[in-house]
Amino acid sequence: MTMIFGIPLQAFLGQLLVGLINGSFYAMLSLGLAIIFGLLRVINFAHGAQYMMGAFAGFLLLSWLGINYWFALILGPVIVGLSGAVVERFALSRLYKLDHLYGLLFTFGLALVIEGGFRYFYGSSGQPYATPALLSGGVNLGFMYMPIYRGWVVVASLVVCIGTWLLIEKTKLGSYLRAATENPVLVQSFGINVPLLLTLTYALGAGLAALAGILAAPIYQVSPLMGSNLIIVVFAIVVVGGMGSIMGAIVTGYMLGILEGLTKVFYPEASNIVIFVIMAIVLLVRPAGLFGRDA
Amino acid sequence: MTDQSPLLSVKDLHAWYDESHVLHGVNLEVARGETVTILGRNGVGKTSTLRAIMGIMRKRIGDIHFDGQDLMRLPLHHTARTGIGYVPEERGIFATLTVEENLILPPVVSKNGMSVAEIYDLFPNLLERRTSAGTKLSGGEQQMLAMARMLRTGAQMLILDEPTEGLAPVIVQRIGEVLQTLKQRGMTILLVEQNFRFASKIADRFYLMEHGAVTTGFDVADLPDRMDMLHEVLGV
Ligand SMILES: Nc1ncnc2c1ncn2[C@@H]1O[C@H](COP(=O)(O)OP(=O)(O)O)[C@@H](O)[C@H]1O
Ligand SMILES: [Mg+2]
Repeated sequence: MTMIFGIPLQAFLGQLLVGLINGSFYAMLSLGLAIIFGLLRVINFAHGAQYMMGAFAGFLLLSWLGINYWFALILGPVIVGLSGAVVERFALSRLYKLDHLYGLLFTFGLALVIEGGFRYFYGSSGQPYATPALLSGGVNLGFMYMPIYRGWVVVASLVVCIGTWLLIEKTKLGSYLRAATENPVLVQSFGINVPLLLTLTYALGAGLAALAGILAAPIYQVSPLMGSNLIIVVFAIVVVGGMGSIMGAIVTGYMLGILEGLTKVFYPEASNIVIFVIMAIVLLVRPAGLFGRDA
Repeated sequence: MTDQSPLLSVKDLHAWYDESHVLHGVNLEVARGETVTILGRNGVGKTSTLRAIMGIMRKRIGDIHFDGQDLMRLPLHHTARTGIGYVPEERGIFATLTVEENLILPPVVSKNGMSVAEIYDLFPNLLERRTSAGTKLSGGEQQMLAMARMLRTGAQMLILDEPTEGLAPVIVQRIGEVLQTLKQRGMTILLVEQNFRFASKIADRFYLMEHGAVTTGFDVADLPDRMDMLHEVLGV
């Protein structure tokens, strides 16, 4: 049997893949958080709930209306994005003038309400969501067996992350977003509707979370608390990457996902805390984060 | 409305930063095609006046009309669309945007704006540096960029806040030339300046501000008679 660092190669590659898949979700979620934080200066504690809503949107669209995975992949983020737009317009936007803490508290409360609501109707246990036929089964890579759906998640996440990065770095809308992140008042004085831009940005962030949620549904099942379990780790990742840095959020998401996977191979006892240990070290050594511009 | 009515008119404008009352009844007018300079010592409220006209300072009362429109009623992002281009004192060049992205950021508000090619003709430095980050430019180049991006929008009036502040004489001269060119093309300009010699070369009219209000106004022709008074008030 082939060994690597005293570990069977198969176990190593298997955990690498698990890490890469977790990293895919971390990257998509921390990307959305970073975009929202960059422009709105709101730490969106509802992000985990929006991820869960995405998964539930997929589940309910299928069970109520028979809408399949592929359409849900588009419809789910649109629905959750719209709900995000409503939340921003009617609640969050009223808090910008106050201390940032209020935005955090509001989204935290919102997350509790949403998760509580879903728990009331669906309990805490998970609902299965079948892998779409096109992506079921697996391939034998020689050294391991890879479920096709997991490969799809990695590819889809990469496309989403790169696409979002291109949207922000290379388009006109992205230049509005970047400029408004630096100086919203001046951008608005140029004639750009910054309040609308803030609404769109929150909707985009929420939609990204929902997209991750639907992608996750066939892997992790659909449950009201699926987001709250995940989001704490994602916050740690955003802190490591640096608040508000888009590329930082993406790269750190993948990196820490893989690191977490590898820790499971080499020192399983630490795998649940490795990300938090890294966060603590980064906070001590480089408080602005690995990719943060400044404090 | 007749043609004699001013393009911009400000009447009894008061404005506050939170509880701090900094404008105490500003009155001024700018006619179409005119270049008007506001003089005044540091802290008298020149920048605040411009910010209140734009609507950046929201806590304000009084009357501001531009091109027949009541600016007091407009949300901030509608002011620019009436045809005012604002070049702030701090210049406001964006670090995360390239020079060209900075240039094309403000939306076009009328057909009378310059094309990007015309702007690069007027400011060749910007063409050379178009892919650099905005804040990698020198102070003078950033000032040119801050002006250039407003020329592209087709604004009828430019509002400039101390465009020569902290710049080398040769660049000050270049900015003067650009403003002369704009003036000849019929641009209306409202300029805040501490650099008195610079202002006296391009302004048609002056206002003097003291303690949050305009205390006097005069034509450039009356400048020699006012010199002693200005030296005293401005401390130059
Ligand atoms: N952001 C602000 N918050 C509170 N006070 C301010 C602010 N900006 C300026 N001021 C005060 O308002 C007054 C007018 O300032 P300003 O309009 O900048 O003057 P000027 O441009 O003529 O130097 C000054 O007393 C200044 O200290
Ligand atoms: Mg000033």
